[in-house]
Amino acid sequence: MTTPSAADAASMFELPPQTSSVRRFLRVFLARKIVIAGLSVLTLMVLMAIFAPLLAPHDPYGQDLSMSLKQPSAEYWLGTDMLGRDVLSRIIYGSRVSLIVGLVAVLIAGAIGMTIGLLSGFFGGWVDTVLMRVMDAMIAIPMIVLAMALGAILGGGIVNVIVALGIAIVPAYARLMRGQVLSVKQSDYVMAGVVTGVGNVRNMLVHVLPNCLSPLIVLLTMNLGMAILAEAGLSFLGLGIAPPGASWGSMVNDGYRYLLSNPVLSLAPGVAILIVVLAFNVVGDALRDALDPRLRGME
Amino acid sequence: MSHLLEVRNLKTYFNVDGTTVKAVDGVSYHIDAGEIVAFVGESGSGKSVTQYSGLQLIPSPPGKIVGGSVKFEGNDLLRFAPNGEEMRDVRGGKIGIVFQEPMTSLNPIMTVGKQIAESVMLHLKMGKAEARRRAIELIQLVGIPDAEHRVDYYPHQFSGGMRQRIMIAMALSCNPKLLIADEATTALDVTTQAQLLEMMRDVVKKTNTSLILVTHNLGIVARYAERIYVMYAGGIVESGTTKEIFGSPKHPYTIGLLKAVPRLDDPKDRKLVAIDGLPPNLAHKSEFCAFLPRCPFKTEACQSRPAPELRETGPGHFAACHEEVAASGGAERGLASVSISSVQEAQAPEREVPERSVAAETMLEVRHLKMYFPVTRGLLGRKVADIKAVDDVSFEIRKGETLGLVGESGCGKTTVARSVLRMYEPTDGQIVFRGHDITRMSMNRLRPLRREMPMIFQDPFSSLDPRQSVGNIVGEPLKVHGLVKNAKEYEERLTELFTLVGLNPGVRNRMPHEFSGGQRQRIGIARALASNPSFIVCDEAISALDVSIQAQIINLLEDLQRKLGLTYLFIAHDLSVVRHISDRVAVMYLGKIVEIADWKTLYESPKHPYTQMLLSAVPIPDPFVEERREHVVIQGEVPSLLNKPKGCSFSNRCPFATAACKESEPPLRSVAEGHGVACLRA
Repeated sequence: MTTPSAADAASMFELPPQTSSVRRFLRVFLARKIVIAGLSVLTLMVLMAIFAPLLAPHDPYGQDLSMSLKQPSAEYWLGTDMLGRDVLSRIIYGSRVSLIVGLVAVLIAGAIGMTIGLLSGFFGGWVDTVLMRVMDAMIAIPMIVLAMALGAILGGGIVNVIVALGIAIVPAYARLMRGQVLSVKQSDYVMAGVVTGVGNVRNMLVHVLPNCLSPLIVLLTMNLGMAILAEAGLSFLGLGIAPPGASWGSMVNDGYRYLLSNPVLSLAPGVAILIVVLAFNVVGDALRDALDPRLRGME
Repeated sequence: MSHLLEVRNLKTYFNVDGTTVKAVDGVSYHIDAGEIVAFVGESGSGKSVTQYSGLQLIPSPPGKIVGGSVKFEGNDLLRFAPNGEEMRDVRGGKIGIVFQEPMTSLNPIMTVGKQIAESVMLHLKMGKAEARRRAIELIQLVGIPDAEHRVDYYPHQFSGGMRQRIMIAMALSCNPKLLIADEATTALDVTTQAQLLEMMRDVVKKTNTSLILVTHNLGIVARYAERIYVMYAGGIVESGTTKEIFGSPKHPYTIGLLKAVPRLDDPKDRKLVAIDGLPPNLAHKSEFCAFLPRCPFKTEACQSRPAPELRETGPGHFAACHEEVAASGGAERGLASVSISSVQEAQAPEREVPERSVAAETMLEVRHLKMYFPVTRGLLGRKVADIKAVDDVSFEIRKGETLGLVGESGCGKTTVARSVLRMYEPTDGQIVFRGHDITRMSMNRLRPLRREMPMIFQDPFSSLDPRQSVGNIVGEPLKVHGLVKNAKEYEERLTELFTLVGLNPGVRNRMPHEFSGGQRQRIGIARALASNPSFIVCDEAISALDVSIQAQIINLLEDLQRKLGLTYLFIAHDLSVVRHISDRVAVMYLGKIVEIADWKTLYESPKHPYTQMLLSAVPIPDPFVEERREHVVIQGEVPSLLNKPKGCSFSNRCPFATAACKESEPPLRSVAEGHGVACLRA
């Protein structure tokens, strides 16, 4: 007996038959019913944003002061706001701004932040020092002041909001990513890569990056909600969507003054935000689990 | 006479993802007052869960004690509410427990005295001042000097061994009737382990306390236990007195275990007999004998009859086996190596005495290697001192040879390995690999050389990227170094590598977490072999594995060496394993090599007092040998590298130290051909 025979090798593997990785991914991803609900909600929201003109029962911008502050009725399902605009139509149109701001700001800023964190953590030394000091400086600038400055230079608008939010978000990703990289870099499998003769770039992208992503995915989904709300704050200051335009955040903001008499004004867009954020969280969690190979084999 | 603790038909199941894992399945045992009893088994055998079940410390859910009784002093502990007053009175009061991990089981923000006093005040209703006196008394009892002061220390001010002593003091604080030590010394070095076990034995004998040692280390069992329960797959497979179990084991698993462990007194050419296969998955237990798939003695009958019950095979000796497997022999001692070998000869012939030859050519030469880590303080990172992790180490390894590097934790053996592979930048010295001086070579020039010198890591769970398939992991060196021309060649090489390490090549698309520890280590070995190297660094490559698996991997490494002409730098803390596998051995202490020689000289006539004591501290899994052995317990603990004694660094623990030893540091001198010792007396 020198090396174990083929028979031994076979007997050591009574593992269940293997399924393809796509099927494994989908099985874990869709394992819970709530994920399917979350995905459906997100799909509906996106469709709603795209087909807003077809879906909205009324003109979201048409003012009619004689109709202001109506309670929900058969004509106006969610009532009207102080300028007599149909709340439901505004929510449908508002989904456009809110989803774009949330997704674009968070995804772009997240990608930039993660790249910075990855480089900073992996290479350390002066790269780390420089990048991290820049991040510190960015954290020191208050988002509102920055947005106001940008507004003064570029004028209001959605791009403005996205840039301001992005700058506020980037450092958080950079720091979280750096922390992840620092711990993963210490692990034996990265060491093993070095000893094998794997180059820096490959080691960073193949071994370090994929093992750092779990908490970042969670942060991404959490920030989506935050970005949608922050857009409201900026719009309130006149830095976001110009007044007739609708976004969920600005609707919450506009409506809160009538909270006691017409709670629907604030609550309805608030619920819309809640549903989207919840859906993103659920899907984000499932995505994180599905990407974790340790959970894939589970029946 | 009724027993102190009597457990009947205990069953503890865990519900994992909808399947029932029968972690403990019908276990019965008893402990008498003042007895030292050991529970032996590999990880997952249920030895710890058995102990925790009795104390109702099983996390529920997922765990559930589904049946049985645990009678302690006449009361059934399982009838008490898990967190009721009676149960708490037993836990920590009448039964003390010491856990494995000394670093995390003490509260870091409370002085040790307060922690001990807390339980004394609770269980013995003592006042504050009285409790403090009791704490000091206990700290003295567990052998910590200067107890009056030490009582006010915080846990971080103690070393691991000292912390474990504190844990034992806490467990003993309320005069328990029974002390359970759950792998209590596993995380410690051999010398500390020996000190602690000696101390525990003395204390329990003095106070007539019963002691349960839960361990996987057969050496400890042979040296300290009076009676043994061997566990496998959630059940007891054999029980009896220590001499009975070691002298005439009846169950094939026990026999297998004894044959799988390398011993300090082995003949050098003994081939370890690994137990083939893996322990069963407790979620899918068959109705037959749990050991059946791995049993070398199985018969037709075993495959048709339900799992065997424990039955008495001799006075006080029970085994759960259908067959009178060992009936043919085993009366005389040393059975493990004598009578069974006749049965097993077919599968495992004695290993062919080294056919491999050690060439004169030098593979690796390390000269005056120094690796210092700076200690910095303050904002500006001012350097205040150096940690001399490796301090002037020289050795060479010839082609085809295995050099073993042993020493306790913190002695610098892993740092040597990592410096040799340039995972650290050495402070000083020279590393010459196959004629290339790689000490200051740039990373780009070093990269092609890396394929000649891979490493096998200690922890098979952390050394494989969890997000890569095992095929990608093993194939990485091939891709990185461009060793294959096309996809077909790549696939063929992977198939070859998997087969070489005894894995089915069909598993290459699996993820690492789907494999057991031993299989993962095989994957790590396959990765190391991928680039067709001549030299491999094994850093504690087998220490994280269970005994039966350990033997499989050692055999694999030896076979590969013979087949491929490999050279190993084999780093380990287990002296028996190193003896088994190495041609030459170097012993390190506080960053220096204190003795280096061929294995025979080093193990049979060691010259350095540290080597001598280290060897004496290693228990041999054979109570008959242990009885005759003289135990020189090494005093004190390994000092911090920042606080080395003057002169010879061993002088503060050495029983032979003289004034001269404390003045000058003895260099490594050659006392005979190939035998270097760093001691003035040698």
